[in-house]
Amino acid sequence: MSFSWAKPYEPKNPFMRWLDQRLPLPRIVYNATGPGYPVPRNLNYFWNFGVLAGIFLTIQIVTGIVLAMHYFATTDGAFNSVNGLIMRDVNAGWLLRYAHSNGASFFFIVTYIHIFRGLYYGSYKAPRELVWMLGLVIYLLMMATAFMGYVLPWGQMSYWGAQVITGFFSAFPLVGEPIRVWLLGGYAPDQAALTRFFSLHYLLPFVIAGVVILHIWALHIPGSGNPTGVDVKDERDTLPFHPFYTAKDGWFAAFVLLIYAVVTFYAPNYLGHPDNYIPANPLATPAHIVPEWYFWPFYAILRSFTIDFILPAKLWGVLAMFGSILLLFFLPWLDKSPVRSGSYRPVFKRFFWLLVIDVVILGYVGGAPLNWWRTALGQFAAAYYFVHFLVVLPLVSAFETPDPLPSSISESVLHGEEAEAAPAGQTKPRRGATATAG
Amino acid sequence: MRFILGFIGSVFAAILLFSMISNLATYISNKPAPLASDVFHKEPKELRLASDGAFGSFKNQAQLQRGFQIYSEVCSACHSLKLVSFRDLKGIGYNEAEIKKIASDWKTQVPSINPDTGEASTRKALPSDNFPPPFANEVAARAANNNALPPDLSLMPKAREGGASYIFSILTGYQNQPAELLKRFPDAKTPPNLHYNPYFANLNIAMPPPLKGGEVTFADGSPNDLQHEAQDVAAFLVWASEPTLANRHAAGLAVTVFLLVASILAYLAYQQIWHDAKRAVRVTGPLEPKNQAKAKRAKAKQGVAG
Amino acid sequence: MATQSAEGSTTISHEGEGDGVRRRDFLNVAAVSFAGVGAVATLGPLIVQMSPSADVLALATTEVDISKVQSGQGIKTQWRKQPVFVRNLTPKEIAEADAVKLSDLRDPETLGQRTKPGHKNWLITLGVCTHLGCVPLGIGEGENRGPYGGYFCPCHGSMYDTAARIRQGPAPKNLMVPDYQFTSPTTVEIGAKGK
Repeated sequence: MSFSWAKPYEPKNPFMRWLDQRLPLPRIVYNATGPGYPVPRNLNYFWNFGVLAGIFLTIQIVTGIVLAMHYFATTDGAFNSVNGLIMRDVNAGWLLRYAHSNGASFFFIVTYIHIFRGLYYGSYKAPRELVWMLGLVIYLLMMATAFMGYVLPWGQMSYWGAQVITGFFSAFPLVGEPIRVWLLGGYAPDQAALTRFFSLHYLLPFVIAGVVILHIWALHIPGSGNPTGVDVKDERDTLPFHPFYTAKDGWFAAFVLLIYAVVTFYAPNYLGHPDNYIPANPLATPAHIVPEWYFWPFYAILRSFTIDFILPAKLWGVLAMFGSILLLFFLPWLDKSPVRSGSYRPVFKRFFWLLVIDVVILGYVGGAPLNWWRTALGQFAAAYYFVHFLVVLPLVSAFETPDPLPSSISESVLHGEEAEAAPAGQTKPRRGATATAG
Repeated sequence: MRFILGFIGSVFAAILLFSMISNLATYISNKPAPLASDVFHKEPKELRLASDGAFGSFKNQAQLQRGFQIYSEVCSACHSLKLVSFRDLKGIGYNEAEIKKIASDWKTQVPSINPDTGEASTRKALPSDNFPPPFANEVAARAANNNALPPDLSLMPKAREGGASYIFSILTGYQNQPAELLKRFPDAKTPPNLHYNPYFANLNIAMPPPLKGGEVTFADGSPNDLQHEAQDVAAFLVWASEPTLANRHAAGLAVTVFLLVASILAYLAYQQIWHDAKRAVRVTGPLEPKNQAKAKRAKAKQGVAG
Repeated sequence: MATQSAEGSTTISHEGEGDGVRRRDFLNVAAVSFAGVGAVATLGPLIVQMSPSADVLALATTEVDISKVQSGQGIKTQWRKQPVFVRNLTPKEIAEADAVKLSDLRDPETLGQRTKPGHKNWLITLGVCTHLGCVPLGIGEGENRGPYGGYFCPCHGSMYDTAARIRQGPAPKNLMVPDYQFTSPTTVEIGAKGK
């Protein structure tokens, strides 16, 4: 850590001293999540969602491992092992299955809030670009894991979802179809695909855990950001992670788990689709194939391209869908404003909320059956998405006049905006500024 | 680099806007006609069961047993219940001896091997077996049902939008095709092997009306008209699809109350820990409130004087 | 007001300590213990899911038809996916078993204790050697029954007598007699707790 006032690790317990001399694990924990990690004192609740994502990753891994003790990865056995064995005969099997299926949804909910926090407060800006990009890698791995996991029960949506998503690859000319057949190990999702998806679904969460460690490590080098976007200057700006943020994370986690429990126990199938309770039938397509809700915005972008223009529409859809995530890797260079936080960027703030509304609209369009006005709405919303990141943000960051920043975090906490000194981090002088401050 | 990205973004956006305009143009010039099912499809009727709601349970065992009786006397002729085992019937109030009898009396037997000759044969079901399906495989099922495949009922309420209400609506929804439909959509006459039912998605279902009222006689004299039969069998199917529902609700209550108390305790602990953090942070020197007030007064004096 | 905050400092005051600390600690302790109880309770389903599931437990009893087993013969069947020996003892074998002094036995049991009253000729035991789990020989026609006329385990040489009791070799206990009861003169239900 780069903070000079961070409390150093001094083990009092002789066993801990012994251990620390040989393998500095206690020291690492102390410096990462204990009293040894100074954190800005002004964090709001949007900063809780990283830890929550870690909690849901743990829940998924634990429930997943025990479910795997009962699951059969065969095309004739999978559906029955989930809906016959696990849900009915395995002790507490129903609880583990519902915890796992709803845990996936909640993992995505907290991750999306975490990402939008990053977008609003400029968490992707220097020096945290790598934290942002590692986070996107985690997100891509999450999507792959979730997709493969949904195939495993081998219901109608499992099968047809696999068919559609692997079908993306055939959009690419020449290499597309061979890649698709290679991925599936066949010409349609079948035993080969199911077994390999099971293997990879078990593996990827541990890869995610590894990238999460890199993500946190990369964050702890400069330290956590904060809602003002102003850097930490001295000890007054921070509080030790333990006990302040362990307490805050702890209570909020209990609260989020409460919501998770209410959904898991009282509405466990609300976020799912009834068609996945029908065993997979390769000869009968469901009336409306939809992925799980967390993929709906991307599904909407995919389906928005209906016109061939040099390239076939299907290929445009696939390119745009992948592009919509890949462009996020460039965000630190698209948005070059030296002011991090949206709180002090009035123009950016309005466009941010437009983006949120846009993504919600895309989500709605992605999950609903297509008709003429939903298609049009989806096309408009998809167009805005690309325009927002690739045209609006660069322009806004170049021409916007940000609000004056507080000179330090503790200023903003202790005295509000009034006692600020010369505003920091601006490229242009404050409009109408006078020599004496109020 | 930003220009390249901006250009790519503009290309996507342009194509999308062009698609949108052409899509709207096509729609306006060529409005697609509504289908019969768009106009005449009905949403499921409301059905109240003991298993509904956060405190729902399977306490109404009499209803569930009546529903099971309807399933075994009427529905099991065509529909399998493959994921349910005879031993599960304990959950709706049958004892071991009754279950043994239900299993061994079941009209379909379980595939087995003749112990002397090794030839394929069948044996009576045991309580540990799952309900044997009425047809050996899909081909046999279709052959006996005009090429329609009667679906397995083990998960039916979970596999249909509307759940038990949908099932109840289908069972009670058979009617003659309304004259209005034939007038507006002359091509939508119900085909010969199908039956009109507005609660079914495309209005014509392959299953002939299985219940009309009076098929089953209940030993305790409970009403056996169509409405009651349909309710009872819907309730039974809800149980069959999730026998652990009552456990789920009970465990849910315990977990929810626990987490509520835990959240409150944890929140109070958090408030207490943070109470010192902001309030008791005392700043000395120029940022201390009384020094700042001093500085302000001094400045005001200067302002007045200068 | 461009203040140079170098001279300023921040102190965290600890007023109201003492009683406040006790109140503070109590709440923290209460919150953490509650969370701990929750964590332990979460372990419950994770551990219990590994216990045999309902479908496995349902196969806990097996009915065996013994009408075709002649005196002096035996059959091998299965119960809970383990081998079971059902033997119809001859009077000579019964007499041999009764003649053995209990003090000679590593695991003292009489034949009467290992069979049902009125069915002393029916010896029903698991076909699992109590040493390390091999299936002993002797139940089938022509198999080696060992020097004591019962069963012989080829893996490490355990020898059982006509009442399937261990006489020589490394096995510590007699072949296990499972719970069973006669549901009729010609059928036995293994796994059922009898009278």
